[in-house]
Amino acid sequence: MAEPASLFVRSRCVGTAAVIYASDYLNKLSGERIERECKRQLECGCQTLVIDFRGTELVNSIGVSILLGVIDVAEKSGAQLIFSDVNTETIQLFEMLGLTRHVALAKDEDEALTLLNEFAAPPQSFGH
Amino acid sequence: MELPTQKLVHTFGALADLGQEITDSSDVSEMVRTSLHLLLGALGIRGGAILEHMADGQVLKLVAARGIDEGFPEPLHIDDAARVALLNAGLSALSPERLTTDKPDLCALLEECKNAAGTFGIQLFVPMVVRGELVGAVLLGGKATGESFTGEECDIIFSMVRHIGVGIHTHRLLEQLEQRAEENRRLYEDLRTIYRQTVRAFAAAIDIKDKYTQGHSERVGKYSEIIAREMGWAEEEVEGIAIAGYLHDIGKLVVERDIINAPYRIDAKQSSELNRHPAAGFEILSPIHHPYTDIPLMAKYHHERLDGRGYPDGLTDKQIPLGAKIVSLADSFDAMTTDRPYKTRRSLEDVIVDFRFNTGKQFDCEVVIAFCRALLKEINGESKERRILKMLGKNYVEAEKIIPLLSELISELDCIQISSAASSV
Repeated sequence: MAEPASLFVRSRCVGTAAVIYASDYLNKLSGERIERECKRQLECGCQTLVIDFRGTELVNSIGVSILLGVIDVAEKSGAQLIFSDVNTETIQLFEMLGLTRHVALAKDEDEALTLLNEFAAPPQSFGH
Repeated sequence: MELPTQKLVHTFGALADLGQEITDSSDVSEMVRTSLHLLLGALGIRGGAILEHMADGQVLKLVAARGIDEGFPEPLHIDDAARVALLNAGLSALSPERLTTDKPDLCALLEECKNAAGTFGIQLFVPMVVRGELVGAVLLGGKATGESFTGEECDIIFSMVRHIGVGIHTHRLLEQLEQRAEENRRLYEDLRTIYRQTVRAFAAAIDIKDKYTQGHSERVGKYSEIIAREMGWAEEEVEGIAIAGYLHDIGKLVVERDIINAPYRIDAKQSSELNRHPAAGFEILSPIHHPYTDIPLMAKYHHERLDGRGYPDGLTDKQIPLGAKIVSLADSFDAMTTDRPYKTRRSLEDVIVDFRFNTGKQFDCEVVIAFCRALLKEINGESKERRILKMLGKNYVEAEKIIPLLSELISELDCIQISSAASSV
């Protein structure tokens, strides 16, 4: 049986980059969907992943663990990973737990895509 | 250095989620997987694994992992010395780097874990010990910040690992309990089967004594069951009444065979001897602890009548247990519809006439209605089974004659019941 549409993660491809949109609350269910989608995009040859957090208000411990897994997979694939449109509280959380050492941050999706074109170098922090 | 407030809030959130997961989850593998997420996410740890100590005591099996290489040895074999060393270590973080001198018994095991743990390595190995029992162990990689674990972070890790250990331990206990409960259910079912088989054997023994009524007890059991089910009794009660039907004549075992098998109408003395059988049945059945209630009473009172002219105690309507009223009708119906030494069986039309005449005197109105309804359903093909018709044999029931008689009797008795209920109000 096919999964209901609401269970799919929204994503779009821009060249060799893929933008994946996180849900309002990043927990196990939604987090695992994002992780699956990231892995799928990398398997399809995607070189850059942008996870857009514009709709995300809260990331819990499970969400953090899943994002660490995505970072791990991206690093192993040699792909670049950018988090865009992350709210202030979540940035503080990511900084405190060390995620920002492994992933770049962008103000929004457009900035992430623009900067991706400019920088082919390893991830670094943009904006914020 | 103390943990900053935001980190404390985040960690407490993880602890609360962990408690809820362990309490609410019925799927142990899902619980363990989620617990690992919570542990790693609480402190930003890049990878880790939960190993469960299996019942045979010789292996640690990987039950959840994040960021661990696929080549991780599974299961990890542990010898007795390593197991004892883990138990003694209890909830403490063992660093593979420092073990060569501290815990020589664990060196081989930890070296194996370290080599297999992937790019970020293993920084902590925490045994899970609950109530002196080795439940498993948790392997943890480094933090995403690249910093070492602080003492406070280790305390948080121990606390969470202890929660996970208790969760696994509790699930194990529940599994054992479920297994035992299942075994008990099977044993109980076996006992019930043995009980039923014993009862049927007794019924056969009773009927063998009476050469003219072979199969009578079994038929009375089945008729009683059909009536009780039609009356809406619970399945367990239906089983009970069937047993009562099988055993209702058990008292005949103490009556002389010559009297039971007399090919003529017996005299008063013999009749008195035969009439002992309900009370004798009660004496036989009373000391037995039956899984159903009132079986001895149903046997004792199956010859009582509503008008008080029955035996052994001459009880009247309300004094007679409903079960005994059911067995009584089933017994009489079988007596009327089977050949006896001194008379051939009556036609079903005659039996219905007898029912009409004796309802309220000998038979209970509600019981007669239930029996007639069950019979009518079978004749009309509304029942899945045709158990009554099967017992009555072929060509005995003439549907076109019987259906109107049964319908008429049912509606007549229904009216009596309604008016009786109205007058009692």
